[in-house]
Amino acid sequence: MPRKKTYALPNVTTPGQPVIFHPEVCNGCNHCVEVCQIDVYIPNPEKGKPPVILHPDECWYCGCCINDCPRPGAMTFNWPVQQRAYWKDKATGKVLRDSQ
Amino acid sequence: MTKWQDFLEKDGKAPAWPYPIRYDTEQEIDTDVLIIGGGIAGCWAAISAARTGLKVALVEKGDTIRSGAGGPGCDHWCNAPANPLSNVDPDEWAEHMAELPYSNGIGTQIQCREDWDTLLEMEQMGGKIRDTGDDYLGAKGRDDKTKLMISPRYTRVHSYIPGMVKPVIFKSNPDQKLNNMVIRVWGTTFKPALKKECKRLGVRIFDRVMVTNLLTENGVQGARVVGAMGFNNRTGEFMVFKSKAAVLSTAGDWSLYLLNTELAGYNTFRSRTTTGDGVGMAWRAGAALTLMERSGILMLGTGFKHTWYGGAGDASYENLPLVDAHGKRLPWPTQGWEDAGAMRPSPEDMEKIIKGVQSGEYALPFYGDFPAMPDVERRVTWRLMLTEESTTKNIVDSYGKGGFDPAKHLLQNYSFVEGNSPSQWRTAGGGGPVVDWDLKSTLDGLYVAGEQVFSAGDHSFAASTGRYAGRKAAAYAKEIAAGKVSKEQVAKEKARVYAPVNHDDGIDWKELHAGIARAMQFFGSEFKDENLLNMGLDALKEIEEVHVPRLHALDPHKLMRSIEDLSLLTHGQIILNASLARRASSRPLNFFRIDYPQVDPPEWQKFVTVKLENNKVKPGELPLRYWGNMKAEYEARNKDYAGVYQGK
Repeated sequence: MPRKKTYALPNVTTPGQPVIFHPEVCNGCNHCVEVCQIDVYIPNPEKGKPPVILHPDECWYCGCCINDCPRPGAMTFNWPVQQRAYWKDKATGKVLRDSQ
Repeated sequence: MTKWQDFLEKDGKAPAWPYPIRYDTEQEIDTDVLIIGGGIAGCWAAISAARTGLKVALVEKGDTIRSGAGGPGCDHWCNAPANPLSNVDPDEWAEHMAELPYSNGIGTQIQCREDWDTLLEMEQMGGKIRDTGDDYLGAKGRDDKTKLMISPRYTRVHSYIPGMVKPVIFKSNPDQKLNNMVIRVWGTTFKPALKKECKRLGVRIFDRVMVTNLLTENGVQGARVVGAMGFNNRTGEFMVFKSKAAVLSTAGDWSLYLLNTELAGYNTFRSRTTTGDGVGMAWRAGAALTLMERSGILMLGTGFKHTWYGGAGDASYENLPLVDAHGKRLPWPTQGWEDAGAMRPSPEDMEKIIKGVQSGEYALPFYGDFPAMPDVERRVTWRLMLTEESTTKNIVDSYGKGGFDPAKHLLQNYSFVEGNSPSQWRTAGGGGPVVDWDLKSTLDGLYVAGEQVFSAGDHSFAASTGRYAGRKAAAYAKEIAAGKVSKEQVAKEKARVYAPVNHDDGIDWKELHAGIARAMQFFGSEFKDENLLNMGLDALKEIEEVHVPRLHALDPHKLMRSIEDLSLLTHGQIILNASLARRASSRPLNFFRIDYPQVDPPEWQKFVTVKLENNKVKPGELPLRYWGNMKAEYEARNKDYAGVYQGK
């Protein structure tokens, strides 16, 4: 059974969370907020915390936020399911996906 | 706590808007040269104008550090015939490129003459253009003396599809050596360096400001452009820029026919911000536009959909052999040295592949056989090229994290597994303002650069035309006094821009976007005739009169998206008007009229132009090579061109 309280919220867009922030590494410098050309993020109301993903549906996965992050590991991509890749091991012929 | 819904759950309320709201304030900026759009072309225009000592302001919807199609990176500096390894004369290469029907001879000539100098200046500013770390010793195309790396692209012909362009023996390359026209670059280093140089030269940068309309002298349509207006998309503050000359270096339009406003970028090849704002404002100001009737095929639901640029990491890139599911080599070009960079199979090979798929000779899916490549070439493709290309570094990194090793793994290719039929929806096809040899539009004071130029090229085209337009705009600004701004024009624009925040209810930008897209899908698609085109104009008029007044924006960001919709609406109206004006079909323009089925009749092989005069659409025309002799005209107007910048 779900333990959390249930609220009346609208649907989440696709993607809903194009990146995942890692608060133990991220120091909330907001550099990603600045380099994003479409303002996917806003600064967190609490200083020093990772930004808020406000417009995830507008993310075009240009990668600048992650590539330019001054603290590598503070954020990682979270590719939408339909965009995951397939590849094959040449030696074994086994088909793999990037989550395997 | 990084998703908006987290805040609702934790605090029971949404986070407050993080920026001050200033819908009621207005800022006025006086400048000599105004640059509208801070992508590659805009940054170069600003730098080149600022070098003349004039006051320059640069306005950008995002943040100049990474904005624009070339902001994330660039892997190929294309069509650089003036580079020291080239075997073809720049003027001859430019002529060759301009033979393509409905190309832009002016932009092409500028690119071919000046993009090598532009690249050297990029290096001066800190951009990386050579293999200085000797990471790719032994790679084909690497010149050990200069450490430049030539790409196989265009080494034989200027085409991606074999047989599309007749092989040419260049007078300047009688022995038919490789053309060596395209240079690999480390383009992720470019945009931050350009912003830094803009700042160093004292350019005033206004990030997060969307320009919404041009100011014309006394507010008269067709008069000299004397500035522009816009608003800050974080604070909502209104901005009035007064200028002696302006450079329009905005983006194209990539989402006009798309219903879906989610998954941005996958479907459009570009970010959400490319909404044809520049074409819309040039049109309203009275500039003549051309090629607006041309359409492209939307990269959706076809093999194109999974290009790297589309964010999907398809296995089809340079020197990569494609094999079927059993490892059998396909007659598909490798985009490499063995086929001179060809990207798509010739029609004959495509037929063989289709028949092979149907008969079982070639099993699906296809794969890119990275392990079969020589190690250094594999690293050049996977590490250098795909890491430096716009929007693809994250794919390389993500696959790496997921365990993909190109030395061991074949990467799936999406051709045929998602069908092979072209999509029915169009895209706008690279039309734009008519320009002269100064890259000036038909309006005094308005110059055009980069993707906003009709039939534009890619990154090096944007850089070199930006640099050129900035120079010409500065020369004009030096000779002329400031123009007179109309207060009425400012007041009218303010009313237009803020309407969506002035009511509490209505429709959201996403719904309006879908409505505009649907009208274009119905009336501006594959089958066109006068009746359908007029129905389309009626449909857009209805949207303008009935639904636009209902637009409602929650905050300055959504206000920007709303005003972008209005750009798209205008863009659609221009396309339909231009389509009515061309009363013939045309293959190179991907334009077919049921009521005028004759394809490319000689009397219609010309540029059709459209413009507004007293708010009435006025068609016109220009001969195909209206620019005259490219070499002579370029030289006559650039006697003072000093080559690579030597100043401070």
